[in-house]
Amino acid sequence: MKISRPSRRSAVARIAAAGIALATGIGAAMAQDTIKIGYIDPLSGPGATVGEVGLKTFQFLVEELNAKGGAAGKKFEVIGYDNKTNPQESLIQAQKAVDAGARIITQGNGSGVAAALVDWVNKYNERNPGKEVLYLNYAAVDPILTNDKCSFWHFRWDANSDIKMEALTNYMKPKTNIKKVYLINQDYSFGQSLRAIARTMLKAKRPDIEIVGDELHPLLKVTDFSPYIAKIKASGADTVITGNWSQDFALLLKAAADAGLNVEWYTYYAGGTGGPTAIKQTGLNHKVYAIVEGFPNGELAAARETEKAFRAKYNSTNFYPRAFNEMRMLAAAINKANSTDGAKVAAALEDMKFEVFDGGEGQMRKDDHQFFQPMYLGSFGDIDKAKEPFDEEGTGWGWRQLAKIELKDTMLPTTCKMVRP
Amino acid sequence: MLELVLISTLNGVLYGLLLFLMASGLTLIFSMMGVLNFAHASFYMLGAFVGYQISKWAGFWPGLILAPLIVGAAGMLVERFGLRNVHKNGHVAELLFTFGLAFVMEELVQIVWGKAPVDYRVPALLDFPAFTLFTTNYPAYKLFMLAISLAIFVGLFAMLTRTRIGLIVQAALTHPNMVAHLGHNVPLIFMSVFGVGAGLAAIAGVIAGPALVTQSTMAALLGPILFVVVVVGGLGSLSGALVASLLIGLLQTFAISSNASMADLFAFSGFSPQPNTIMNDLWRVSVAQIAPILPYLLLVLMLMFRPTGLMGNRES
Amino acid sequence: MSDIPLPKSSVTRVSQRGAEKGLPWWLLPWLASAVVLLALPFIFRSDTYLTVMSLMGIAIVFALSYNMMLGQTGMLSFGHAVYYGLGAYFVVHTMNWAIATRAPIPLPLMPLVGGFAGLAFAIIFGWLSTKRSGTTFSMISLGLAELVGSSSLILRTFFGGEEGVTTNRTKLLRLTDWTFGSQFQMYYLIAGWCLISAIAMYALTRTPFGRMCNAVRENPERAQFVGYNPQVVRYIAFCLSGFFAGVAGALAGINFELANANLFGASQSGTVLLATFIGGIGTFVGPVLGAVLVSYLQVMLSDITEVWQLYFGLMFIAVVMFAPGGLAGLVLMHVPLLRAGVLGRVVPSYLLALIPTAMLLVGVVMLIEMTVQLAVKQSEGPVMKLFGVAFNANLPGPWLVMLMLLAGAFVLFRLISPRMGTAWDNARSAAAERGMVV
Repeated sequence: MKISRPSRRSAVARIAAAGIALATGIGAAMAQDTIKIGYIDPLSGPGATVGEVGLKTFQFLVEELNAKGGAAGKKFEVIGYDNKTNPQESLIQAQKAVDAGARIITQGNGSGVAAALVDWVNKYNERNPGKEVLYLNYAAVDPILTNDKCSFWHFRWDANSDIKMEALTNYMKPKTNIKKVYLINQDYSFGQSLRAIARTMLKAKRPDIEIVGDELHPLLKVTDFSPYIAKIKASGADTVITGNWSQDFALLLKAAADAGLNVEWYTYYAGGTGGPTAIKQTGLNHKVYAIVEGFPNGELAAARETEKAFRAKYNSTNFYPRAFNEMRMLAAAINKANSTDGAKVAAALEDMKFEVFDGGEGQMRKDDHQFFQPMYLGSFGDIDKAKEPFDEEGTGWGWRQLAKIELKDTMLPTTCKMVRP
Repeated sequence: MLELVLISTLNGVLYGLLLFLMASGLTLIFSMMGVLNFAHASFYMLGAFVGYQISKWAGFWPGLILAPLIVGAAGMLVERFGLRNVHKNGHVAELLFTFGLAFVMEELVQIVWGKAPVDYRVPALLDFPAFTLFTTNYPAYKLFMLAISLAIFVGLFAMLTRTRIGLIVQAALTHPNMVAHLGHNVPLIFMSVFGVGAGLAAIAGVIAGPALVTQSTMAALLGPILFVVVVVGGLGSLSGALVASLLIGLLQTFAISSNASMADLFAFSGFSPQPNTIMNDLWRVSVAQIAPILPYLLLVLMLMFRPTGLMGNRES
Repeated sequence: MSDIPLPKSSVTRVSQRGAEKGLPWWLLPWLASAVVLLALPFIFRSDTYLTVMSLMGIAIVFALSYNMMLGQTGMLSFGHAVYYGLGAYFVVHTMNWAIATRAPIPLPLMPLVGGFAGLAFAIIFGWLSTKRSGTTFSMISLGLAELVGSSSLILRTFFGGEEGVTTNRTKLLRLTDWTFGSQFQMYYLIAGWCLISAIAMYALTRTPFGRMCNAVRENPERAQFVGYNPQVVRYIAFCLSGFFAGVAGALAGINFELANANLFGASQSGTVLLATFIGGIGTFVGPVLGAVLVSYLQVMLSDITEVWQLYFGLMFIAVVMFAPGGLAGLVLMHVPLLRAGVLGRVVPSYLLALIPTAMLLVGVVMLIEMTVQLAVKQSEGPVMKLFGVAFNANLPGPWLVMLMLLAGAFVLFRLISPRMGTAWDNARSAAAERGMVV
């Protein structure tokens, strides 16, 4: 390297680097008398929009629970760890969380991350007896996590994608105007499992429905959806089922509106960040449906109160009623076990019945640690402000609850062979 | 069938011209300065956000004029205070500088406009279906996009080859000292070229922003596809970039409209691989599924067999 | 940052005096590195530190393999993660096969599998890409990386789709009572391989082949005139680099007991480029420094600030602009002064420069963090804590402080820089007089 003199700037660069390194030294271990929950989700980068709302939700819940005295005489504390939506990074952050004293970790974004964490928790608990870690999953929906890869240490509060499809197809069953269905999904594990189960269930419940297309497109790589729309149009479909999220959802919908495609959209994630904005832009008024465990404009007064408080505090929709179920049930389980020991809390959670956030009874099934609860189907469009107070993303449009799918209509068998310690 | 072919052709051309719109600034900077600008997509994103911000205050059209000027000025500053200092360390250093710049710009946009998509709308003036082909509508906005894209091509081409400015700029790349001796301010030329390149990226951003999703991830999601356009077209060739854009647009669009897989193609042979083998994966994958990776295949093949690209005249 | 396997001063000595000086000279830095590597887990005991140090070890091997191409042969690749990722996949599949068939292969030998996988694919892809150099090579590497990355989603049987493939490193044949279940034992496995790989790669730079690589980097035409085909030299360097990238990937696969598509990703290729360049591509120790620093920051910086990527990008730009030789370059340019015994002459002006540097850093951090607090973290209110001081970012006071710091730093730099320049020139000419500057 030919450098004749160290300009003042090169010295700056060097010292800057050293300064950052020093400043990032790990802080001293925190006080030991709280129940620590390691929240492992993206807090930077593209995934952070959802990850940050999730962290706020858990902070909100920790405050709520601590105001009631915590659990087993201890207060809760949630610590956020940024996993950058990367499985390997998640394992590092999980290790950091456990080192900081967390015996409970929670995560939701990305089934790839979830699968890695289940595997890690299994191995960690096997190799560190007496220090068991619980993994509470609030949003990763790959069915395999409560089927072939089920684990005693993993509990899931979100309905897995099969359950959502069960609820969705039960809603579609009596709708005789649905005749031709087109499936378009992202080409990765979630999209694939969704398309497979949609085919099976539609065939069983509505053999008269014709599946006129079954498309997989690459995940987050498509900028122009017009060719896909041309195919949908050519197929003569009247209904599209999609698990698309983020820009894959927004761009799909925009291309459809541009081309004047007139179909009904059954989705999983229309309510995700950016979804409502895109629907409003396309003007598809009450043409887009979503299946969730609760809408902001649900009927239960208590849920609406919480929604209001949450929005006032964080200026954001409460996306995760299931996180409320998760944390409230965790507190109940710790109280019941009167211990924070992983195995005891897990045992207390099994088969626990609980009044869910949006009303009705839910149940944590012992066989596979999947939580079952009533599901709701709604559509997005203009709302009656008197009866439906909450809009989304400042669009003036909101979710209208159309149907409730009862608990029994969401139950599905599992292939899980639970190994208990 | 005819319907699908016609519509696919039209979609392919529209998409191809959008690609050209995005890549024109990149190819300009590359041909004139020899800098492979990794931050090009970031300028595109910045253009979309600045355009969005102006559209909120003053409407879409002022944004279309002002945003490219603002981003172009920002580009000139980047060249003056960043790139120029790095220039002496060679092209790799320049490239790495833009690499770091892309990181910084994404974060800055997130700080200012947040991480969620913003509601950037197509102007009311162009928000109607222009014509209907079979039963598919084509919005006026897409035709507007097409027109701008072609205008940029014609304008740039004429400027570079037919005007004195263009000749000086071209000469400044190959013979900077000679041009300087003739009394031209070479650093100023480079600064202006970078500014125009960034401004072109911003025009693409302002126009694509409402049609696509305006979000802080839009730069990263655009990914290396623009490099494919520039390299396949031939480094530094504007016409090449146009041809490559159209080629890639059509290639992808037609690939998507095909559901064929090896299994279909060789169905007559009765061969069926064992499930859960690599052979089976390959056998079942459809052309539509691999459509978005075809440009990269094209890139690799092109560079192996014709490294100057379609219409380029030099390798690097 | 105490776990740098190669004390820099000793390496320079080796590089300048060569191996002919005899055994102790070239052995010494490696012995010292080995001692440091052995001792580290007893200083940094927590699992978090062990994890971070393991990651550093992996990153060191990866960055060194990258620098075989970039620094030594002058090939800029945007797709080096391909060989890293494939190394991880092959080792995980081999481990699962060994577990299923009870094949008697102990875990410590497994990284070789990754190495040979990386080598095999480098032989194929290198044949396609090393015919060209410069930008063309870079673009081919980018295209290949995209192709391999995308095919991982198509060939699900091998790549396991989004979830990837998992394994269990404790189920292999054991030679001792070490199961490698704990991070402590895993650390030693990685440290061992890191040291072996580093020695091998260093030795390679000492061979005639290593010199040929340098020649091809500097002037391919002249290398050709001398009788070496630059294309062949590039190809061999590419393959060897692929081998060590595969070893690094295998270590990552074993460490996480998981291989997935992220390992191929553009961000992985980008990170190794960043790390290598920040450390310095001109020297052997540069990538080591860069790998250690970048892996530490990646894991830890996100705990401190949510805009860690901004700091990351700024730091990278600063290195590219002001220290193109990287961190190692900055250190090494003082070596002649040290040997001439005139280093003391520049120290006072450096110490003086510390003041505006600190002011500048604090000012920039304040600017960024206060903006973030007001713009991004509105819901948390304007009260924030920085450097242990709580204050309200909505008041003009903190902003004034920030502006004063930045302006002060600017003025002070102006005042000090002539002095620094003079001190450096003096020291440099003094060193030249003593024959220490080439």
